[in-house]
Amino acid sequence: MSVAIGIEARSARRSAGRRAASFAIPLLLVVLVVTAIGALTVGAAGIPLSRLPAALGLAGESTAMTSRDQLVLWSIRIPRIAAAAMIGGLLAAAGAIMQGLFRNPLADPALVGVSSGGALAAASAIVFTDSRFGEALRFLQTELLPLAAFAGSLATTAILYGISSRAGRTSIAIFLLAGVAITAIANAGIGLLVFIADDRQLRDITFWMLGSMSGATWTKAAVLAPVLIAGLAACAFIARGLDLLVLGEADAFHGGVDVERLKRISIVMVSAMTGVAVSISGVIGFVGIVVPHLLRLVIGPAHRLLLPASVLLGAILMVGADTLARTIVAPAEMPIGILTAAVGAPVFLFILLRQRGLAAL
Amino acid sequence: MTAVLEARHLGKRAGRATLLDGVGLSVAAGEMVAIIGPNGAGKSTLLRLLSGDLRPNTGEVRLKQRDIGSFTPRELAARRAMLSQHINVTFPFTVEEIVLMGAGERSLREAGPLVDAALDEVGLSRFRERQLPTLSGGEQQRAHFARVLVQLACGEAEHGPGLLLLDEPTSSLDLRHQIDLVEAARRRAGNGTAVIAILHDLNLAIRFADRLVVLAGGRLAADGPRAEVVTRERIRDVFEIDAVVHQADGVPYVLPQSMRAAMPPR
Repeated sequence: MSVAIGIEARSARRSAGRRAASFAIPLLLVVLVVTAIGALTVGAAGIPLSRLPAALGLAGESTAMTSRDQLVLWSIRIPRIAAAAMIGGLLAAAGAIMQGLFRNPLADPALVGVSSGGALAAASAIVFTDSRFGEALRFLQTELLPLAAFAGSLATTAILYGISSRAGRTSIAIFLLAGVAITAIANAGIGLLVFIADDRQLRDITFWMLGSMSGATWTKAAVLAPVLIAGLAACAFIARGLDLLVLGEADAFHGGVDVERLKRISIVMVSAMTGVAVSISGVIGFVGIVVPHLLRLVIGPAHRLLLPASVLLGAILMVGADTLARTIVAPAEMPIGILTAAVGAPVFLFILLRQRGLAAL
Repeated sequence: MTAVLEARHLGKRAGRATLLDGVGLSVAAGEMVAIIGPNGAGKSTLLRLLSGDLRPNTGEVRLKQRDIGSFTPRELAARRAMLSQHINVTFPFTVEEIVLMGAGERSLREAGPLVDAALDEVGLSRFRERQLPTLSGGEQQRAHFARVLVQLACGEAEHGPGLLLLDEPTSSLDLRHQIDLVEAARRRAGNGTAVIAILHDLNLAIRFADRLVVLAGGRLAADGPRAEVVTRERIRDVFEIDAVVHQADGVPYVLPQSMRAAMPPR
């Protein structure tokens, strides 16, 4: 009897919401390609769309103009766009995983100190390898920074989980407050490093605090790629577990999830993804909140789709934001962290206000 | 008949407090057992031990003749399903998505008929596209019950009759849905599932189960057929109230003495 009503209601409701889910990935891919092409054409040296194929080496004969274009594209713009896309994808996916892990749409690696922990470790690595004691390791600085940032992020995430999780339940209030405290501690550490740093180190460290893609090179993009690929592969593996975790740890276990293993994998993933991104671009906030939140509204909260879609939308937003960052105050460059915070903080407040009605902290 | 679930000498401590002490319980396939007892008697702790979620300090739990600690979470989920008391879903999952979570790795296409049947059984078919957090407490509880039924059905299809554990499954339900839930559980027992439920309403527990287990102060106070377990003396000892026990069609029902009917104000 109620089956007929059910089918009616089903067709009526399907249309609005989750139907979008089926073509979300292809659509996002198209938008990413379009955004990236747009990003290729603008900058200090403009390369109009008409010259783009030749500059990419796809068509036309070589002229002086094309070789200048090629230099700009291949040694500056393409690695930067690739890095921005991967960093955006990593940060957004890390946010989505963290939100699933903490069952809280407000969790974001930058907001709760995971990025700061990574930045502190990276800044420490800079100062250490430049010092007399770390001289021997100086030639490894490029390799050492992502590892240090990963270790810093991992330590921060683990501490955060230990503080805010008791007997399988995570307190949202304690979690956010612990995040504030951890951010403060990490920033105090960074402040100390700023105090003892020399001028060159100071520039490097300041850049970490505000976030920028200007340091992106092919080498750095090459560090990001394996982490992103491994992360995407692991996402498929943890998606169902994160879905069930929304029921709480005990009920996820009752549903067949190895909760302890899921938590360990998720914490390592969030730390690796955030840490590596931070080691290259510095602390960029709110991407991890805004992207998954927008996607949940359109394609729903199921992680099997949410995680890959977050990677794509995060990439789109970051490429867009970086393009804006390097054009709006040209020839200077605006730190990208300022832009993402300007967009992200209001979204964060919006989610907070909406949540206030649903559940008391 | 062989026992689906066998618990021996279960003891559980938390810090210096003893939550459970020397509790033994054996439940056969097709049996319906209600656990009753006052607040803090250890009912939820016992159920969590029986579900494999908690490990006992003493004693052991055997599910289908195997130590429950030796199952992986996935193996366990295929042999026992459990409905918890308070589940707060923060993300906007639809009712259908929540119920499908019971089906493990199966897609909606594979598990569709089971999801449909479970939603129909709990009367939520027309809410399947609604976001769970927008439903009332009772409706959410029914959606989770449907999820647990799907999990049970999936497991039983592969491993035969399993174990269904319910922790106060009727706490948010209106009268009609309380009865519906009891009937749904009874149908499972009819197919060989062993069903254990914690219930607060004595009369519902008596209706629900032919066998009652009474816990008090972390110990087993009684375990047997309802007519033997439900007596005036035991209710006074365990619940510290004076009650009249009547019989209707051979089934007892309990009326607390101190519960006087409300009078209109003079």
